[in-house]
Amino acid sequence: MRKLLLAAALALGLGAGWAEARTVRWAASGDPNTMDPHSQNVGTVTMVLQQIYDTLIARDQELGLAPGLATRWEQVEPTRWRFWLRDGVKFHEGQAFTADDVVFSVTRAQQPTSNYAIYVDTIERSVQVEPLVVDVITRVPDPILPNKIASLMIMSRSWSEAHNSTRPQNTRNREEMYTTRNTNGTGAFRLQSREPDVRTVMVRNTDWWGWNEPSSREANVTEIIYRPISSDATRIAALLSGEVDFVLDPPLQDLNRLRAAPNIKVVEGPEVRTIFLAMDVHRDELLYSDVRGRNPLKDLRVRQALYQAIDIQAIHRTTMRGQSVVTGTFFPPQVNGYSREEDVRLPYDQARARALLAEAGYPNGFEITLDCPNNRYINDEQICQAIVAMWARVGVRARLNAMPLAPFFAKIQRDDTSIYLLGWGVPTLDALYSFQSLLRSRDGGQGNGIWNYGRYSNPRMDQLIEIMTNQSGAPRDAAIREALRIYREDIPHIPLHHQMIPWAMRSNLTIPHMANNQPYFRWARMN
Amino acid sequence: MFAFIISRILQAVPVMLTVALISFAMFAYVGDPVAIMLGQDFTEAQRDQLVRDLGLDQPFWVQFATFIGHAAQGEFGLSYRLSRPVAELIAERAPATLELAFTAAALALLIGVPMGVYTGLYRHSWLSRFFLTFSLIGVSLPTFLIGILLILVFAVWLGWLPSFGRGDTVNLGWWTTGFLTVSGLKALVLPAITLGLFQLTLIMRLVRAEMMEVLRTDYIKFARARGLPNRVVHFGHALKNTLVPVITIVGLQLGAIIAFAIVTETVFQWPGMGLLFIQSVGAADIPVMSAYLMLIALVFVTINLIVDLLYYAVDPRLRIGRGKGGH
Repeated sequence: MRKLLLAAALALGLGAGWAEARTVRWAASGDPNTMDPHSQNVGTVTMVLQQIYDTLIARDQELGLAPGLATRWEQVEPTRWRFWLRDGVKFHEGQAFTADDVVFSVTRAQQPTSNYAIYVDTIERSVQVEPLVVDVITRVPDPILPNKIASLMIMSRSWSEAHNSTRPQNTRNREEMYTTRNTNGTGAFRLQSREPDVRTVMVRNTDWWGWNEPSSREANVTEIIYRPISSDATRIAALLSGEVDFVLDPPLQDLNRLRAAPNIKVVEGPEVRTIFLAMDVHRDELLYSDVRGRNPLKDLRVRQALYQAIDIQAIHRTTMRGQSVVTGTFFPPQVNGYSREEDVRLPYDQARARALLAEAGYPNGFEITLDCPNNRYINDEQICQAIVAMWARVGVRARLNAMPLAPFFAKIQRDDTSIYLLGWGVPTLDALYSFQSLLRSRDGGQGNGIWNYGRYSNPRMDQLIEIMTNQSGAPRDAAIREALRIYREDIPHIPLHHQMIPWAMRSNLTIPHMANNQPYFRWARMN
Repeated sequence: MFAFIISRILQAVPVMLTVALISFAMFAYVGDPVAIMLGQDFTEAQRDQLVRDLGLDQPFWVQFATFIGHAAQGEFGLSYRLSRPVAELIAERAPATLELAFTAAALALLIGVPMGVYTGLYRHSWLSRFFLTFSLIGVSLPTFLIGILLILVFAVWLGWLPSFGRGDTVNLGWWTTGFLTVSGLKALVLPAITLGLFQLTLIMRLVRAEMMEVLRTDYIKFARARGLPNRVVHFGHALKNTLVPVITIVGLQLGAIIAFAIVTETVFQWPGMGLLFIQSVGAADIPVMSAYLMLIALVFVTINLIVDLLYYAVDPRLRIGRGKGGH
């Protein structure tokens, strides 16, 4: 009986949803570099590939964990996670999905040519227990393994072996890999054609297991045509003229115009990305300052003065046109470990900032260069300009050095900076990722302090991060809380805001806004 | 003749090497491809390994020599950004740029010459004044602004033409063409006008000036004295003599059109070589950038050579000079 009902629902679903062709024409500024699911860990790649590939654990519309290719999972031992796999799933080219494909995909993501190593860094190996049961064995207890596994796309072993693609694409080889332009996933859409930088066409995989999930029952998109349009003005023109249905990254200055346009709507939501200033708190003399013989940023009072001199509400109102969430910490509420009590800013107070500077021995301020990207985050350069002007009012003469992202990242990654603006996203949605990369001492351990270019180092912080890495439950939560308090008191960064991301689309398209800035067309409906 | 060609080709070699050197040296400032390739998560060891694999730890001159050695064999390596052979990427994009460039040049020529003739002949008519005013727009407005204005009017307001892309293309072997489909032709209109407008006004003003010059010469007076009809005098005698400098300029400008299609291609998301170049700059994709700059240098060198040869064919004085053993 249940089967019959299911079949009826299926027939109904098919009849209602997918009888007509519903094409979504989607545009954003950048094109994916590759179609390899374990090569480049960047948003432009994932936003396309997650339509095609499934993960063991999926994300729901609130970014919580949901069954994907695994129907359930459990930490059977401290270092052993067990996954029970979905039965009857087939890859787009017909191969049956089994535990062996999971074992293969984990190994593949662990190859040195993979950019996804962060998601599998604690995994020692994975083993097939039964054809549809797989165990993942970690070197140390890993409480957040499911969060990481939720980013690992599953490939077919036989397909990858047949096409000589058992390692993620490697730019160092002088050959192109098959997976650069071909895919074979189990996901809701299959890749139909791909012309890099021109057009990527995906069509509905009618056999996808998830179409009967409640969230997808209304979904009716049968085809996705993705076309990158790098010029902001052209992208918006294409939306206004009806050549495009969905724009992932409309420029802020056009939002009001888009809202006023007929048949267009703008959907806004928070993004899991926080913008902050980080400072060189390591050197005894700053590289880019007129202060000789000492580093003013090593003095907590100076950091606090720079912090309190910033009128964050003005930046929120004017620079960001209201499209930001002001914060006193460095990851947003969607991230596990966030604490409202620790998300408190030091108040904006110019008089206090001047007093603190005087107290620290800089009554006349000092000179410093602020490094800033100009094409990476929303209004990044304008934010820096505003901050430079605000600091000038308390006597700190900052020179703005705004650069495109390529030279900017090259510069800060050489530690060649005194103070810089950075935006940080948290793909695992767990606090550890941010603490480990941004605040842990750079001791050579995998992932430790790799984005800590101010070289902040605090032994207590390191201890707490160690606890976050190895322990779960209450001790871990307590460690995160304490670390957040240290962050607030020690001011290793000057936090600014969480980014808000607007999506613009034609009014007949409905798609849930996602804080990871990824459109999931499996949930989209075109009327 | 043969010796002339050989000498010109030999002269081109140092030019190409200089371009290669300058572009190669410039890349030290565009950013670190390693940072972009590694993404957000990596270890120091992975970073060092990648630097070694890419050969970026070698001294500058070694890197440069390796690059030249490979380039001479047409081997530009793999794009850092797209992980595909650079030569293949450029070959894929070349048809789009070349079709756009030739359409723009043809447009400039077919509209610019008649407009130039007309304004040269009827200097004081209101239409001439209109053309001249209009040509000021073409000369003074930057390309990207013209492109955006055209998009606003013809794509957003009127909805007649697409605002971006190349439409549907047809594969003819390795060449993809947009000339054979309606959407391809429609997509070509706005970018071609944007790209060709400056050349159009340039040609118009050049033809006009030359016409006015030639019309004052004695042989035109004699032609009129012979009682030839105006049409023959204007087009048979006058225009023919103005075309020599025009052809030269058009030839040289064709190189410029191909090279400076970058802006137009970016505005219209035209999938040509210029767009590829801009995207590569953003990702510090050195192999693509260097190959593109080398190619553009080659285009200029080749066009110069052809123009020289045309002079040689057209201008008898050059040949005589050569015959006497050099100038």
